[in-house]
Amino acid sequence: MHWMTRQTAMAEQGYIASDDLAMAVHLALSLGRPLLLEGAAGVGKTEIARVLAAICDTQLIRLQCYEGLDAAQAIYEWNYQRQLLTIRAAAEDGETGRSVEQRIFSEDFLLERPLLKSIRQSKSPVLLIDEIDRADEEFEAYLLEILSEFQITVPELGTIKAITRPIVILTANGTRDLSDALRRRCLYAHVGYPERDTELAILKARCPGVEAALADQIIGFVQSLRQEDLEKKPGIAEMLDFSAALMGLGIADLTQDPKLLQASLATLLKTEADRFNITAEVCQRLAGQAA
Amino acid sequence: MSRVSKFAGRDPGPAARMAGFMAHLRAHGLRVGVAETDIALRALTHVQAGDPDETRRALKTVCTGGAEDVERFDDLFDSYWLNGGRVRQKVMPAQVTPNLETVRSSRQAHSEQVASGAGQTTTPDDGTGEAEADGDGKLVASSLQNLMKKDLRDLVQPEEIAEAEAIARRLGAALRHRRSRRRKAARKGDQIHFRKLIRQSLATGGEPLSLPKKHRPDRPLKIVALCDVSGSMTLYAQVFLAFLAGLMRADDACDAYLFHTRLVRIADALRDRDALRALGRMSVLADGFGGGSKIGASLQQFSRSYARRFVDGRSVVLILSDGYDTDAPELLGTALAKLKKRGCKIIWLNPLKGWAGYQPIAQGMAAALPHLDLFRAANRLADLAALEPELTRL
Repeated sequence: MHWMTRQTAMAEQGYIASDDLAMAVHLALSLGRPLLLEGAAGVGKTEIARVLAAICDTQLIRLQCYEGLDAAQAIYEWNYQRQLLTIRAAAEDGETGRSVEQRIFSEDFLLERPLLKSIRQSKSPVLLIDEIDRADEEFEAYLLEILSEFQITVPELGTIKAITRPIVILTANGTRDLSDALRRRCLYAHVGYPERDTELAILKARCPGVEAALADQIIGFVQSLRQEDLEKKPGIAEMLDFSAALMGLGIADLTQDPKLLQASLATLLKTEADRFNITAEVCQRLAGQAA
Repeated sequence: MSRVSKFAGRDPGPAARMAGFMAHLRAHGLRVGVAETDIALRALTHVQAGDPDETRRALKTVCTGGAEDVERFDDLFDSYWLNGGRVRQKVMPAQVTPNLETVRSSRQAHSEQVASGAGQTTTPDDGTGEAEADGDGKLVASSLQNLMKKDLRDLVQPEEIAEAEAIARRLGAALRHRRSRRRKAARKGDQIHFRKLIRQSLATGGEPLSLPKKHRPDRPLKIVALCDVSGSMTLYAQVFLAFLAGLMRADDACDAYLFHTRLVRIADALRDRDALRALGRMSVLADGFGGGSKIGASLQQFSRSYARRFVDGRSVVLILSDGYDTDAPELLGTALAKLKKRGCKIIWLNPLKGWAGYQPIAQGMAAALPHLDLFRAANRLADLAALEPELTRL
């Protein structure tokens, strides 16, 4: 399959991917290797996994990483409460310890968590490991084994091998540096804020109702806003919220009502310092440039 | 004329060319290995390898591992594959060269590194001050800049690094190992929290249905070092660079930057296993060494960019500078105030403070003082070692 076919397929699902990104996705699928996507928040990294699942018509399994995430929550866990109740019930029936032990460490008592679940699907799912840089380093190391072998060892049950290899997408936005070992096991793509034309296409794909003139202005406004000295730059999701807000307020031209425009900045600027920095005058200047 | 590089007739074929390309990338600091060569070759079977743009994109996704790599990749690609139609010599090395990774002696690595690591991507400097290149000229140096370039290896001796490393280790330990004796309830603990367990099991008739855990919280502090390498600091750079190199090697969690008129992150370069080679890599980054200093602007840039990712309440920011700033002092003050808001401790080490009768009258220094947790002298490694008890108290 050609990489441009993938790009078109993604576009049909409403995801406008840059050429670099489409190539990375194409190779990840063709070579069956994990894909590491890095970039600022709100540029659509997580969205890629959703779109891929839709294109391949398969399940999306998501693992949201956070500080303190451990193997039990990501891979598998024994259903401790159920095991305890079973032991209690068995004791009343006079069952021997040996057979109870075998019973409580069987599949029935195993709770699948995302990683185990993803290697036991009959059709390759898309496994999204979101914000891997939030997880601890030890977890990252654990992940290495799974990503290269696609097998998980449960001491009581033995090794569970993957039935199908999941399509793995990892995302990171630079909370901490990832290990070289992890980077080397993945293909890499850096996802930046989109170019003007790409972002315009995204807006048109997502909000077909927005008029061409206003769409132009919105993109111009958001792109120049990103050039300002902001703590948290608005991403694509924020841009779409902004457009929805403008349409909801019935604004057809950004320069039309300064007060309403200033109010709708709530969708774009998410910290107090940024709200303070983008004063009404700055806002008007940017709107004027965009118009 | 085609811009695609021609290869010498004795060149054994595409696989060798790819290996040559990987060596080219490695020489310029990208971390690629044998596995990447294999994947790269396989990746090219999935695209139209005849099309330079497609090949570029495919190789980019395979060979890069970070945003900085991505930025440099296009130029490196051009210089190897699109070298203005010039003939590239046979790519495969005739004999096996010793593996650089296993070379422990810095002296042996020295000459090789100079030959491969510090050179320019495309053409060598022709000395006219302006070089021709295929790309946008980012990687082409002019002789003007060369004057400012200094090989940092000339400044620092291996013994000093070893000494600095020992000091850095002690300082790091003084900051890091402040474990609490008390145990706290935690989801991921190494012991069962019995008091909580009994309490919770009351609700289930004495059956312990859930097992609450507790652990001993580890509260490490990490060091973020910012070193001034402007002209006025050249005298002390030796000490500080050795210290930085030692610090990076002693402690995995810490982070280091150089600044003169701009700010450069050197943490990755300094983590090289060979200390002198690390300094060599850093010399390439520290282009502009010994020039003017813009402390305020550099700190501002730091607090705006890297600090957001790497500095938090558990960081100690170590600034090594004499405080002579060409910017307005207010800039320095506001930059430090902003940094302070992230909850970190700020320590300023000023070599001039070691002089008898020194007063922090330099405007920049005066503006910085209110924001500092500690202001100390440091002209020799011994001064740095003396910091240990102070840091423990922070």
